[in-house]
Amino acid sequence: MIPATFEYVRARSVREAISLLQQHGGRAKLLAGGHSLLPLMKLRLSQPEMLIDLGPVDELRGIREEGGSLVIGALTTHDEVANSPLVRERVPLLAECASQIGDVQVRNRGTIGGNLAHADPAADYPAAVLALEAQMECEGPAGIRTVPASQWFVDLLTTALGPDEVLCRLRVPVQTLGQGWSYTKLPHPASGYSLLGVACLVTVDGGVCRDARVAVTGAGPKAVRLAKVEQALVGGRLDEAAVAEAARLASDGLEATDDLYASAEYKRHLAVVYTKRALLRAVERARG
Amino acid sequence: MAVTQVFGARVRRREDPRLIRGTATYTDDVTLPGLCYAAFVRSPHAHARILRVDTSRARSAPGVLGVFTAQDLEGKVNSIPCGWQVPNCDLKTPPHPPLARDKVRFVGDAVAVVVAESRAQAYDAAELVEVDYEVLPAVVDTEAALQSATLVHDDVPQNRVLLWSVKGGDFEAAAREPGVRVVRQRLVNQRLIPNAMETRAATAQYNPGTGELTLWVTSQNPHIARVILSGVLSFPEHKLRVIAPEVGGGFGSKIPVYPEEAVVAHLATRLARPVKWAETRRENYLSTIHGRDHITDAEIAVRPDGTVVGLRVRTLANFGAYLSTAAPAIPTILYGLVLSGPYRIPNIDCEVTGVFTNTTPTDAYRGAGRPEATYVLERMMDLAARELGMDPAEIRRRNLIPKDQFPYTVATGITYDSGDYARALDRALEILDYPKVRAEQAAARQQGRYLGIGLSTYVEICGAGPSKVVGATGFAGGLWESAVVRFSPTGKVTVFTGTSPHGQGEETTFAQIVSQELGVPLDDVEVLHGDTDSILMGWGTYGSRTTPVGGTAVYLAAQKVKEKAQRIAAHQLEVSVDDLVFENGRFHVRGAPDRGMTIQEVALQAYLAWNLPEGMEPGLEGQANWDPSNFVFPFGTHACVVEVDPETGQVRILRYVAVDDCGRVINPLIVDGQVHGGIVQGVAQALWEAARYDPAGNLLTGSMADYAVPKASWLPHLECDRTETPTPVNPLGVKGVGETGTIAATPCVVNAVMDALSPLGIRHLDMPLWPERVWQAIRQAKGGAA
Ligand SMILES: Cc1cc2nc3c(=O)[nH]c(=O)nc-3n(C[C@H](O)[C@H](O)[C@H](O)COP(=O)(O)OP(=O)(O)OC[C@H]3O[C@@H](n4cnc5c(N)ncnc54)[C@H](O)[C@@H]3O)c2cc1C
Repeated sequence: MIPATFEYVRARSVREAISLLQQHGGRAKLLAGGHSLLPLMKLRLSQPEMLIDLGPVDELRGIREEGGSLVIGALTTHDEVANSPLVRERVPLLAECASQIGDVQVRNRGTIGGNLAHADPAADYPAAVLALEAQMECEGPAGIRTVPASQWFVDLLTTALGPDEVLCRLRVPVQTLGQGWSYTKLPHPASGYSLLGVACLVTVDGGVCRDARVAVTGAGPKAVRLAKVEQALVGGRLDEAAVAEAARLASDGLEATDDLYASAEYKRHLAVVYTKRALLRAVERARG
Repeated sequence: MAVTQVFGARVRRREDPRLIRGTATYTDDVTLPGLCYAAFVRSPHAHARILRVDTSRARSAPGVLGVFTAQDLEGKVNSIPCGWQVPNCDLKTPPHPPLARDKVRFVGDAVAVVVAESRAQAYDAAELVEVDYEVLPAVVDTEAALQSATLVHDDVPQNRVLLWSVKGGDFEAAAREPGVRVVRQRLVNQRLIPNAMETRAATAQYNPGTGELTLWVTSQNPHIARVILSGVLSFPEHKLRVIAPEVGGGFGSKIPVYPEEAVVAHLATRLARPVKWAETRRENYLSTIHGRDHITDAEIAVRPDGTVVGLRVRTLANFGAYLSTAAPAIPTILYGLVLSGPYRIPNIDCEVTGVFTNTTPTDAYRGAGRPEATYVLERMMDLAARELGMDPAEIRRRNLIPKDQFPYTVATGITYDSGDYARALDRALEILDYPKVRAEQAAARQQGRYLGIGLSTYVEICGAGPSKVVGATGFAGGLWESAVVRFSPTGKVTVFTGTSPHGQGEETTFAQIVSQELGVPLDDVEVLHGDTDSILMGWGTYGSRTTPVGGTAVYLAAQKVKEKAQRIAAHQLEVSVDDLVFENGRFHVRGAPDRGMTIQEVALQAYLAWNLPEGMEPGLEGQANWDPSNFVFPFGTHACVVEVDPETGQVRILRYVAVDDCGRVINPLIVDGQVHGGIVQGVAQALWEAARYDPAGNLLTGSMADYAVPKASWLPHLECDRTETPTPVNPLGVKGVGETGTIAATPCVVNAVMDALSPLGIRHLDMPLWPERVWQAIRQAKGGAA
């Protein structure tokens, strides 16, 4: 609970952060809200020699609308996402997800960039950004590149982010009319993370499902889209029976790991239940 | 100011502003010139032989002032003693070395200590201490301990700490009575982690000039700590001062004297520099005591009409790796003797086997033995009702001790002073609107919803206690309390108490007692505690004893002040003592209200000493020591309504009703607070909290990210009410209320969940009722398919 010695520097720009990362190789770590990194350092599971605080980097802040997407700076806190009128109106799924992260303190400090860069297997945002098909904009020594959410989560605590890269912002396509959404989770009784969480977005037109995106977090080493559920929904009517039928596919081939509070078997079962619940809520909203 | 009725008023806690604003001084806030910091090197193994400890690298690390191992403490810091040697149970008391010597016995056992200029340097250097271990097989499972070839202590065969029993009547004979049915159930009362908000800490300062050693420590009982530490350190008691400054909760975990405190005190003398140690949360989880951890086979014998004729209990209690200070009393006298609860049960047979395992030591945790007993009893009452097809409220009512039978001696030999148990039950059912919620439950079942109603009727035995009685149970001390009430010349009052409140609010309630008795404004009364230099003696704050015992001492001390003041007033007003009336803080001559003196005027006269009665000593203070004649017996009924989500197994509490009787209420606001906190901790055991080890003895729930401490948002509004049956045991008529909630809530919630699941034929599930456990049971009950 007392971290090992480290140096602390405040970066003033993304470029400076990148060059510091380059100078210090794997021994330096970026610091955003600190709510994933500091607990690891206190347990000495992570012992970076240098922390590069992104706090002063203004270009990583802010939420704005641009060409059919919301652009959300990496340093935007969970609370800002949850309560931003722009997010609530344009991407309510993301706001609903943010509002269910941890507790007040966590939401006040934790950032969306840190959450996605850390890629905790039980974190909430990963499911939401997968369902929303968001794009991660990263900057490294070679410049800026964009990674789609579908390619972002590589494995347990591992993302597509390069060692000298900074995640700068997300581009999240705005939700459209006729889209219903929901983020529904069973919180871990101790940590508040998702024992299992489901994000979904359904587009209904004339009572028929035109598009469905469902993603689950908490079950296995990383959040995933539930393609089979989505396929079963698209083209059909979304009555309760049909939704329940499709949700049953949520556990099909779903990778799940045992932990203290939930066995893999139970998590697969929860995936089915929460997929059904999330979808029913989304359908209700799609109907307006 | 006109003094109004302060006894019984909802006075806000005077402690709270400093606690909330961060201006309180905890042990870790004590700063001293030249302060250095200690960090302990702890075993990563549950059981291992120590082959070699190499401190050389740590010694040369930056800022390090010294590194010490068991060898270095030889003859300087003695074994930590057990303070409650329960007789007639073959109690084994193996040594508890302050630092592990040959073997480590649990993950977290301290092996060495590093002292450095800064806390960070101390922790850094602790990582450089190299310990070679020969890892041994670990005994982790409570049931396996008795059979295990591995011994936690070589001289304790079968790992058996004790074998204790209490017997009243003849259970066997009762069970054989024609028509009597015997219902059996195995019940696991899981291990819990106390989680005081403030972790443990110690700051020690030695003054080489005076030879005095001062220890600030997170203790619920600084006087006991002083007695024990003077022995452990072979340090003259009168040169040792122990101060418990602000203490941020304890729940029993700060009763024991721990190795770290002794070591830190010793190091301050050795290094001739003040030394501080403050536990990290992780260390707290590993090396501060845990609670509960019983496995019980229970049998209840009941007649077809619901009359309970007997209870037989066989309990295995896990003591962990060492005997903590009060540990032997918890699963024995504080458990077995209270098994009759609020009922007439003529035949009780209880046998408890204690075992050592390679886990963190256990000791008192809020309720200490009584929640475990109440859990057994209240679950068995429900199971008996279920067996007979009887309403759980009805079976309780039938067996409650009637109010006209007090004092009542139960089969285990304890005499209850007073009570009206049926009244509390009736009141709880009334608030709940029992027939209505039963009807709602029936309607919900029609819709496939699983609503459950749970009850728990309890009696707590607390307010320890008569010193000679606790002495006979092996407690190495008395349990009386002392108090001083002192006027200053300007008419302000300072109260000294030997109890050591650490969150319970007695600075406020004791001020209310004194304000009421002496007619002085509440704000003119200061209540001081937690310093062995300030008062004769104190046995501490735990076991819901502070107000019934310590509060009574304060009350009696105030009476002495009043008597002396009256004699001074009578003398100065030139009337006889009996001619004076004391009203609103003023003595006046009966029939002549303008001839009088305020008590503040009397106080000034007492200090001036110009005109005192012949032979009277100057000054105005009262000192009293109070040793109660009996324990006190708060009681009540809790009731709740839960809903189980059959798809996920999640339990939601829809309503929670608590009717408690803690005798006369000094401050309803504080009583409500105690009840609320108690309920939450009790509910948490039922639904969320559990300490878990892997088979090798690693604590799997080693942080707050893994151990489910309850959040306020998980509970509904708590509907609290009271009945008031004053106890005759003390002049205030007060009983304890610190533990009632914890005692009642756990079985209340489990009973409700089992009631919810009863249509599925589910009789019992062990705690915690984590969603998966409930879901699996539902699935099995439904025949495999969820
Ligand atoms: C008690 C508690 C409860 C929590 N509950 C939840 C929950 O319910 N759901 C949930 O999703 N999360 C939860 N969290 C985690 C929380 O959301 C964290 O805030 C988040 O995961 C990390 O964000 P951060 O800003 O704190 O990142 P930090 O801890 O500062 O950093 C995390 C990692 O990301 C890297 N990083 C940070 N920013 C960037 C960037 N811009 N570019 C590249 N790398 C970067 C850091 O180097 C570090 O490796 C909880 C945390 C705590 C302490």
